[in-house]
Amino acid sequence: MSVPDTKKTPLHDIHDDLGATVTEFAGYLMPLRYGSETAEHQAVRTSAGLFDLSHMGEIFLTGPQAGAALDHALIGHLSALAVGRARYTMICDAAGGVLDDLIVYRLAAETFMVVANAANARTVLAELTKRSEGFEEATVDDRSDAYALIAVQGPKAQGILAKLTDAALADLKYYAILPGKVAGIDALIARTGYTGEDGFELFVSASDAVPVWRAVTEAGGDDLRPCGLSARDTLRLEAGMPLYGNELTAETTPFDAGLGRTVKFDKPGDFVGRTALAALADKAPERTLIGLVAQGRRVPRHGYDIVGSDGTPCGFVTSGAPSPTLGKPIAMGYIDAGHAEDTDLTVDIRGKNEPVDKVALPFYRRTP
Amino acid sequence: MSTVPETLSYTEEHEWITEPAEGVVTIGITAYAADALGDIVYVSLPQEGASVEAGEPCGEAESTKSVSDIYAPVTGEVVAVNGSVEEDPAVINADPYGEGWLFKIRKDGESPDLLDAPAYSKLIEEA
Repeated sequence: MSVPDTKKTPLHDIHDDLGATVTEFAGYLMPLRYGSETAEHQAVRTSAGLFDLSHMGEIFLTGPQAGAALDHALIGHLSALAVGRARYTMICDAAGGVLDDLIVYRLAAETFMVVANAANARTVLAELTKRSEGFEEATVDDRSDAYALIAVQGPKAQGILAKLTDAALADLKYYAILPGKVAGIDALIARTGYTGEDGFELFVSASDAVPVWRAVTEAGGDDLRPCGLSARDTLRLEAGMPLYGNELTAETTPFDAGLGRTVKFDKPGDFVGRTALAALADKAPERTLIGLVAQGRRVPRHGYDIVGSDGTPCGFVTSGAPSPTLGKPIAMGYIDAGHAEDTDLTVDIRGKNEPVDKVALPFYRRTP
Repeated sequence: MSTVPETLSYTEEHEWITEPAEGVVTIGITAYAADALGDIVYVSLPQEGASVEAGEPCGEAESTKSVSDIYAPVTGEVVAVNGSVEEDPAVINADPYGEGWLFKIRKDGESPDLLDAPAYSKLIEEA
């Protein structure tokens, strides 16, 4: 496999100036943290954080058949989405395995923006292109390099952005999007995020990323802190949100992940994965995604075995980290259906079985 | 650029060791290691009185993203453990060469080869 050159986002020099620790992620050099990742995490929970997410893929489907093409390509019912609204959905293979989880925004009657994980953007583009072939009046266009994505997340996000835009932020619902100007620059302003907090995601032209970042930084002042991927991961984990590559893989179905509600069997036409997913829909899944809180201080991490009360492995950890909010290690993982009622679980942490409590997800829910 | 005090010796596992004082050395992790780990949230250290062997793991440090073994850089008996870093591991990030020390060993026999400050600086520059 050839190793492509590592890409930089339009905000790379800013991260450098801020002294970020950078890491390669999905082919991009991304900020892992700027200082203390715990402080970044807490800033989002209590005030506001600023994220560069320009590595994410933006794929546009346009034309009279764009909605129908997405209904066929994805498991969701996107043609029914109202203009200005967004939906969390997935693209599956014929066996029902998840190829990526996505947010689809309907920007206009015949314009949809599909936001894909960076690591999967090429796969998603290839699949959308292939799956749209039967829809002559739908055009697939990769605009990932044309867009930068800047997220402002946290309870003070709206107040900070309100200083920079006349857009009706207070009226913008969760999972909705509207075009507007931020600091005088054209942006698509979405009330979406991956942190468990209120917040916004700003899609701007790549060439406008630096001035938008600077304007938000200035407007946020001491209430806003730049945040890296490390904080993003602990924030989404506390919020019980799946991460592709961890909770979701091509070997995982939406039902395994507890996301069966995103499969819309009642939409018109056939869709990729329908037959396989329909066969799974009425059966109890062979495994389920659960939340774990460690009783001790050692951290159950990705790939560690979950061990049942009978002493045998009955699952595996998909994500784990010390939770800044709970002050304890938390994890998500898959457990075999036969152990669903097992309350005496441990995790094999480097050779020693450490006791964990099974808990309902999410670990953290913001107070409205 | 991480600091590398001239007066200390170092291991390739990014730990620092003082010169022996009456046969006892103090051990910690370097600023480079603390920066690379990120916020340290938990350390487990050997028990006071434990016998440890040079190069063998005798504890671990957990940060947000990873867990790392802590090695005994010399053979001997653990004669002191820094309870305050067990209570508040953030001290290690804040002051890795001072308040963030981890444990003390009464050496038994000769030290294995350790790196001096210039050699350790070179190691982390090349990392």
